[in-house]
Amino acid sequence: MSNAPFDMIISGGRVIDPALGFGKDAHVLIKDGRIAGIENDIQKLGDSTGATVIDASGMLVVPGLIDVHVHLREPGREDEETVESGCRAAAAGGFTAVCCMPNTTPRIDNQETVLFVQDRAKNADARVYVVGAITKGSEGKELSEIGDLVKVGAVAITDDGRWVENSEIMRRAMEYSKMFNIPVMDHAEESTLCAGGIMNESFESTRLGLRGRPAVAEEIAVMRDIALCRTTGARLHIQHLSTRRAVDVVRAAKAEGIRVTTEACPHHFVLTDEAIAKEFNTCLRVNPPLRTANDREAIIEGLIDGTIDCIASDHAPHAEEEKDCEFDLAPAGMIGLETTLGLVKTYLIDKGYLTWADAIAKMTINPARVFGLPGGTLKTGSPADITIIDPDAPWTVDKKRFRSMSHNSPFIGWKLQGQVFRTILGGRVVFAREE
Amino acid sequence: MSKLASRHLLGLEGVSADDISLILDTTHTFREVLDRPIKKLPTLRGLTVLNLFYEPSTRTRISFELAEKRLSADTVSFTTATSSVKKGESLRDTVQNIEAMKIDMIVVRHSSAGTPYYLTQCSDANVINAGDGSHEHPTQALLDMYTIRKKYGKLAGLRVVLVGDVKHSRVIRSNIWGLKALGASVALCGPSTLLPAEVERYGCDIYTSLDEALDGADVVNIMRLQLERQQAGLFPSQREYTNLFGITRERLKRLNKNYTIMHPGPMNRGVEISSEVADGDSSVILDQVTNGQAVRMAVLYLLSGPEAEGPQA
Ligand SMILES: [Zn+2]
Ligand SMILES: [Zn+2]
Repeated sequence: MSNAPFDMIISGGRVIDPALGFGKDAHVLIKDGRIAGIENDIQKLGDSTGATVIDASGMLVVPGLIDVHVHLREPGREDEETVESGCRAAAAGGFTAVCCMPNTTPRIDNQETVLFVQDRAKNADARVYVVGAITKGSEGKELSEIGDLVKVGAVAITDDGRWVENSEIMRRAMEYSKMFNIPVMDHAEESTLCAGGIMNESFESTRLGLRGRPAVAEEIAVMRDIALCRTTGARLHIQHLSTRRAVDVVRAAKAEGIRVTTEACPHHFVLTDEAIAKEFNTCLRVNPPLRTANDREAIIEGLIDGTIDCIASDHAPHAEEEKDCEFDLAPAGMIGLETTLGLVKTYLIDKGYLTWADAIAKMTINPARVFGLPGGTLKTGSPADITIIDPDAPWTVDKKRFRSMSHNSPFIGWKLQGQVFRTILGGRVVFAREE
Repeated sequence: MSKLASRHLLGLEGVSADDISLILDTTHTFREVLDRPIKKLPTLRGLTVLNLFYEPSTRTRISFELAEKRLSADTVSFTTATSSVKKGESLRDTVQNIEAMKIDMIVVRHSSAGTPYYLTQCSDANVINAGDGSHEHPTQALLDMYTIRKKYGKLAGLRVVLVGDVKHSRVIRSNIWGLKALGASVALCGPSTLLPAEVERYGCDIYTSLDEALDGADVVNIMRLQLERQQAGLFPSQREYTNLFGITRERLKRLNKNYTIMHPGPMNRGVEISSEVADGDSSVILDQVTNGQAVRMAVLYLLSGPEAEGPQA
């Protein structure tokens, strides 16, 4: 190990890499933008002249976090988010990679748009993996040129925002996707049951007189798509799981050996539909909607037993003026890149539901495996994408500190634990906490 | 003067029995004023009330406007048939523009639930909900409650049946909270497709059989049937609705003696209520309208702040 002029040494932190089953104090060495090794003994480091040393004592050093469900709004709504600003927000939230959804204007249903987004992401603060549309314009009628999309780097397909209502088309999408071994991501909400729905259907929608989106709509969609997955042998990734029954259906499918993976969003394991009645906060309008306490518990159970593989933010930026209106006129979605880690720490780890290693796995190696992405581990030779977390540092979610261009978060003012200390992308520090 | 806990009336959910009783007691004073030859009081002199009606409602608007005028308020009305303000100027901009002309109180009717609450975030004025989507219509419920209390001298212990489209009725929602707060027993009756999710959590008796619901009831409050619900497939036909849920004289036999028939109007005669029942001796439908004005006077007065003078002045 002598004559090893490392670029960077992250020293003294507790290194957690679920992919390697690693979890102890160690030093992480970086060279040429890649992980050069993890060393227990500082004496063995050899010559570290010229290396940048980051003192991570008391911190957690983990693989760069990956968020597989992010809306970057470019092209089309650059007033809400751009690839650049979204990646800045990602870095601030500890994410070194994001998968961006295709419901932009125009939709990402062709090669040119994939290439455009990739070009925008070239010098960004996070890696951007593009997800293409299942159908042209996400209209649910004709398949996109999926082969073309994959050829230029699309890592998955989804019509996120909409369910592919036509079963025959969904079946074809699954069959076709097998040629490229990519997952079909599924926004699972049976549309006729949800038509005109504003929030979860429950006593909360009853007391507010708002039209509901029933939990059974998710259950039906998940059941159909798992049935198609069973038939086709494709890979299905169900997005933003939100109901108890849907979790049950996935659990059974996994037990049967069906190739289905899932994600859950922080707002679905932190909030319930009861929050809406308090102040009609339009930031609480999301799809799928905030559910009941019973559903919220089921999501946590699914995270604990592995039915839910990934934690994803469904970061959905909206302009201030679009959310500043009557509740039922507001667009659905909330931002999440910068609050996910704090919510995971405060509401999953501190409550004793998940260990750090379990939670980190759901934001690193699991997403990397599902979507075939590089990274997600600190294995020697991997890209030096690293997140350093100050695990017990308290902070208050502050609108002024968001790097996202949009501020539609219901968590503004919340006190959370667990701060990002540094985010490192390919050996470059892309976020450093302001001291 | 006694004061209400809130400076707005956004709904009856969460409003205490004391506050509701204060409104009903104050209503009584104003109700007497309406029987005087000169029905005008200086109570709200110098205050300006904005009537913001984003959804057409001639009756409620006239009732509020008259209540305001009888209390000597200056009034300005903004009426638009378009329920959605999605295109064009936002609701916040509209309200802030009008408020810049110095408005003290806002009476709002809107097709979106929660709009009155939202207005409290946009404006410093006292806000009165005159109906927001399918959420609440508190002054209608208060006038219903006042009408019942005037007849029986109390609400506690009475059995009140609310019949119709429970799912979409803001009048029913406000009635449930108000009646329960004052100790009435509340029953809801309607087709099961028009009973909303987890309706039993209101703690009311729920019926899909009208005859069973009417058994031993004192008051029947009959809601207007919105015919567009049939187009939405929520019930098969108006004819079948009338057969199952229309209130006719034969059906009234099951009620307690000295029963009362109510309807917030406008009525579909021969659909949810037969003319015989609507015009019968036990109908208080027109009293409701008169009492509505007194209730609105009381609410405007109680929310208008300490400057206002009471009705005795
Ligand atoms: Zn979605
Ligand atoms: Zn999404």
